[in-house]
Amino acid sequence: MVMGEMELTCEVLVIGSGPAGYAAAFRAADLGLDVTLVDPRPKPGGVCLFEGCIPSKTGLHLAELIFDARQAAAMGLHYDPPRLELAEVRSWKQQVIDTMADGLVHLGARRGVQLIKGRAQFESSTTVRLEQAEVRRIRFRHAIIATGSQPLAFPGTDFRPGGRIIDSSRALALADIPASLLVIGGGYVGLELGSLYAAFGSRVEVVEVGDRLLAGIDHDLVEPLQRRLTGLFAAIHLNTRVLALTEKDDGVEVQLQGAAGGMEPRVVDRVLVAIGRQPNTGDLGLDKTAVHLGGRGSITVNTQQQTADPHIFAAGDVTGGIQLAHKATREGRVAAEVIAGKNSSYDVRAIPAVVYTDPQIAWCGLTEEQAGKQGMAVAVQKFPWKYSGRAQTMAAADGFTKLIVNPGDGRILGVGVVGRNAESLIAEGVLAIEMGALAEDMALTLHPHPTLSETEAEAAEIFIGNPILTLPKHRGDR
Amino acid sequence: MSKTFRLPDLGEGVGEAEILAVHVTVGQSIREGDLLLEVETDKAAVEIPSPVSGTVDEIRVHKGDMAKVGDILISFADSATAGAAGQPAPAAEPAAEPAAGEGPATVPDRQAAAAGRPAATPSYPTAVPGAPVPASPATRRLARELGVDLRALTAGGAGGVVTRDDVLAFAQGTGKPEVPPPAPEPSPAVSEPSPPPEATTEIGPPVLPDFSQWGQVSREPFHSIRRATAARMTASWAQIPHVTCQDAVDITRLEAFRQQHKGEIERGGGRMTMTIFAMKAVATALKRFPRFNASLDPAAQEIVIKHYYHIGIAVDTEHGLMVPVIRDVDRKSIKELSVELQGVLDRARERRTSREEMVGGTFTITNVGGLGGSYFTAIINYPEVAILGLGQGRMQPVVVTTGEGGHDIVPRLMMPIVLCFDHRVVDGADAVRFLRQVIELLEDPDELFLTMI
Repeated sequence: MVMGEMELTCEVLVIGSGPAGYAAAFRAADLGLDVTLVDPRPKPGGVCLFEGCIPSKTGLHLAELIFDARQAAAMGLHYDPPRLELAEVRSWKQQVIDTMADGLVHLGARRGVQLIKGRAQFESSTTVRLEQAEVRRIRFRHAIIATGSQPLAFPGTDFRPGGRIIDSSRALALADIPASLLVIGGGYVGLELGSLYAAFGSRVEVVEVGDRLLAGIDHDLVEPLQRRLTGLFAAIHLNTRVLALTEKDDGVEVQLQGAAGGMEPRVVDRVLVAIGRQPNTGDLGLDKTAVHLGGRGSITVNTQQQTADPHIFAAGDVTGGIQLAHKATREGRVAAEVIAGKNSSYDVRAIPAVVYTDPQIAWCGLTEEQAGKQGMAVAVQKFPWKYSGRAQTMAAADGFTKLIVNPGDGRILGVGVVGRNAESLIAEGVLAIEMGALAEDMALTLHPHPTLSETEAEAAEIFIGNPILTLPKHRGDR
Repeated sequence: MSKTFRLPDLGEGVGEAEILAVHVTVGQSIREGDLLLEVETDKAAVEIPSPVSGTVDEIRVHKGDMAKVGDILISFADSATAGAAGQPAPAAEPAAEPAAGEGPATVPDRQAAAAGRPAATPSYPTAVPGAPVPASPATRRLARELGVDLRALTAGGAGGVVTRDDVLAFAQGTGKPEVPPPAPEPSPAVSEPSPPPEATTEIGPPVLPDFSQWGQVSREPFHSIRRATAARMTASWAQIPHVTCQDAVDITRLEAFRQQHKGEIERGGGRMTMTIFAMKAVATALKRFPRFNASLDPAAQEIVIKHYYHIGIAVDTEHGLMVPVIRDVDRKSIKELSVELQGVLDRARERRTSREEMVGGTFTITNVGGLGGSYFTAIINYPEVAILGLGQGRMQPVVVTTGEGGHDIVPRLMMPIVLCFDHRVVDGADAVRFLRQVIELLEDPDELFLTMI
C-alpha cells in the first residue's frame, strides 16, 4: 500500500466507532450500503468499551462482591478480608474488553464494513482527510459523525499523562490505588468511581458545588444511596467549591470553600475531575461543511439525526444532550436508516438511566421533580422494599420502587428504583411507558415471586387501590 | 460548500406545512428572492422566496409532502458569483439544549423531551404539541412509515391506546397508504380547545370501492384547508347535538337605509352589507343571551361564558372555507365594521389572513345571500354554541295587519335567517328568543341603532 496517497470512496463514512458509530455502521451495512468506519482506536467500542461503561462496571462488580462478602458476616457467612491483586484485576478487565472488542471487529468484518484507523477531518461536505492513516482521503455520499465526547478539565488544570489530576479514563486504567482520592463532582461518574476506589481501599472525599448529589434525580431516590455513601466515603462536601488545585511532588494541594467559608488546604494523592463531558467537535474541520453547532459545541441535529448539511448526519454524545450509550446506539441506527431511505426517526419516550453505585439508582420517563416544575398533577406511589420478601433475603430492604402516574387516566409516566439490581428492574418501566401502559396493566401482569420485580407490580397496585403487601387507602370498598 | 434551505418557523403553533408547489428544478440557477416554494399551513398559504443565490443541488420535497419546521427542503450549490449570498436559513436552536454536563443532571430534560411533554423542548427541530398519543413503539413506527398522524386516529385499544390495527385501518381508509396524507390538524379558526381525541377525520366507510369500474375517474389531492375543514366539521357534528330553527326577516327598511348610506361608507373604504347589520344585531343579542356566547367544557362540567364578542365570518374563497374573526364587534360602529370586514375579506381571498385573525371567535355568521341561497342548516363552528345563517333577501308577498284590523298583502323584502345551536347548552325556546331578538333588531333599524348608543 502506498502510504499517504491512497484515496477511497464510499457511500457512508462513519467517523467514530463507539456505540453510536458502530451501530450506525453495522445498520447501514445491513441495509446494503457500502460503509467505512474510521476511528483512531484500532478496534470498535469507543469510550464506552475501552474507558467507560464496561471497565467501570467490571470494577464495580468487584466492589459489590467486597461489600456483599462483608455483609454476609451478618448472615452467618464469614470470609477473610479480601485481597486485591491489581495486576490480575487489570488483566481480568482487559479480558472483558478484548472479548467485546474482538466481537465487534468480527461483526464488522462479516458485514463488510471497512475499518480504518485514523483521525478524520472534513475538507468539504463530501470528503475528509485522514491523519495517521493508510488512506489519505475518503470521499463519501453521506457521513455520520459519532466522535463522542471527552471529560471536561477543571479550569486552570489539564489531564497530563502521569499527572495526579485525572479524568475518568485514567481512573479506570486502575494503575494503582491511591491512599486518598478527592472526587470533584457529585454526578454519577464521580459517585461510581468514588465507590470503586473506596471499596478498593482509598480514602475518598467527594466535593459537589450543588446542595445535593445526583442533581436531576428525584431526591428520595438519592437518599438511601447518600446514607450508604456517607459510611463509605471519608467525607461528602456539598455546597463546596474547589478554589484551586495545585499539583505538587507528594500530591495535589486542594483549596476548598464551603458554605461556612474557606477550609484548610489539604493534600490528596489524586484528584478525579468528574464535572461533565464536552462533545468532540473541535478538530473535525466542521467549518468546511454546513454543519451547525449548538450549545457547548455540540452538533445540532433533527429527529432524523440530520445536521444542517444535507450530506452529514450525527449521532451520540457529539450531538449533546444526555450522554448515554443506549441513546447513542439508537441515534446511530436512525441515522443509518434515514440515509438508506427509510422513514426512521428518533422516537423515544423514556430514556432509562442507571447509576451503578450500591445501591443502584435507575429511572426513566418523568421525574417527580420535573412534574413539580411543570405544574403537572401526578400520583406518586412508592413501594418500600422492606415489604419485599426477596429484598429481605438479600438484606437490601432499604430500596424502594416508585411509580409516577397520571392520576386522570392511570397511565405510567415515570418509574424510579433505588436498590440492588435496579439496572434490570427499570426495563419494565421503560417498556410500560413506551407501550402507553396503565398502572392497572402493570398491576395485573403476574410478576414472579419472590423477586424484586414484584415491587413494581405492588407499587402499581397501590395506585389502583388493591395492594396486598401494604394496606390499601380505602378498605371495605367493593 | 453547499447551503440548505429549511422550512422556517411559520408562526405560533405551526409545526408543519404542506408543500403546494415547488417552483425550481435541480440544476436551476436562482437568485436571492426568486420564488422557491409555495407551502400551506392549516389555513395560510405562504410563498417562500430563496434566501440565497446559487444552483439548486437537491430538492428533498415534492408537491403534496408535509414538511416539518426545520426540515431541509432544498440544498444549493453556491454559484461562482454568489459569494455574498445570504446565509442558509438558520437552523432552529433547541429552545432548551440540555447541558452537556454530567449525566444525571441533564437526564430529565431529555427524558421529558423524548416523552414529548411540552415543558421540555424536544431536540430540534420538531416539537410535538400536546401529550403523546399512547401507542407502542412498533405502532408508532408503522404510523410513521405509512404517514399516519396518530393524533388523527380513534384509539381502538384499551385505555385509549392506538393499536397497529387502528393505524392500518386508517391508512386503508385514506386509500393511499404509501403516500403520507398526514392527518388534518384542527383549523386555526376554532383551535383553542383542541378537538377531543375521539374526533376523527375518517370520512365515509373505511374501504372505498374501485370507482373506475363504473367509469372514468380522476383524483384530486385533499389539501390542507379541505382537510382542516373536514376535521372541524366532523368533530363538530360528532360532538354537538345540532338543532336548527328558521325564520324570515323583513329587511325592507334596513335595505332602504343601506341603499341610502352605502355610498358614504364606500367612500370610506368599506362595504355596508347585511352581514354588518347582522353582526351588530348578534352582538346585542349575545349580550342579552350570554349562553350563546359560550363553550361547553365537558371535562370541567362547566359552561364557559365569554365576556367578549368576537364574531367569525365564514368566507368562501377559491381555496376553501375560511373564518376570519372580527373582534369586539359590540364596541365598533357600522362604519368601522364595514371597513374592517372588507379588509378581512380581501386578505382571506388573497390568502394573507394571519393565524391570529382566525382564532378567538365566540360566534359565527355565514351569509350565503350573495350567492342566492335560501334556507339551509349550518354546522356549528366548534367549540362555539351557535351559528347564524343568512339567505338571500327576496321580494315576497307578505300579509300585514292594517291599522283598522284588516289585512293587506304587500311586497316586502324578506330574508331567510337560520340559527343552528348546541342543544347541550341551550334549548329551543332560548334559540327562538335569541333569533327573535336578532330579527327584531334587523327589522327595525332604529332599534338596532339605539342599541349602539
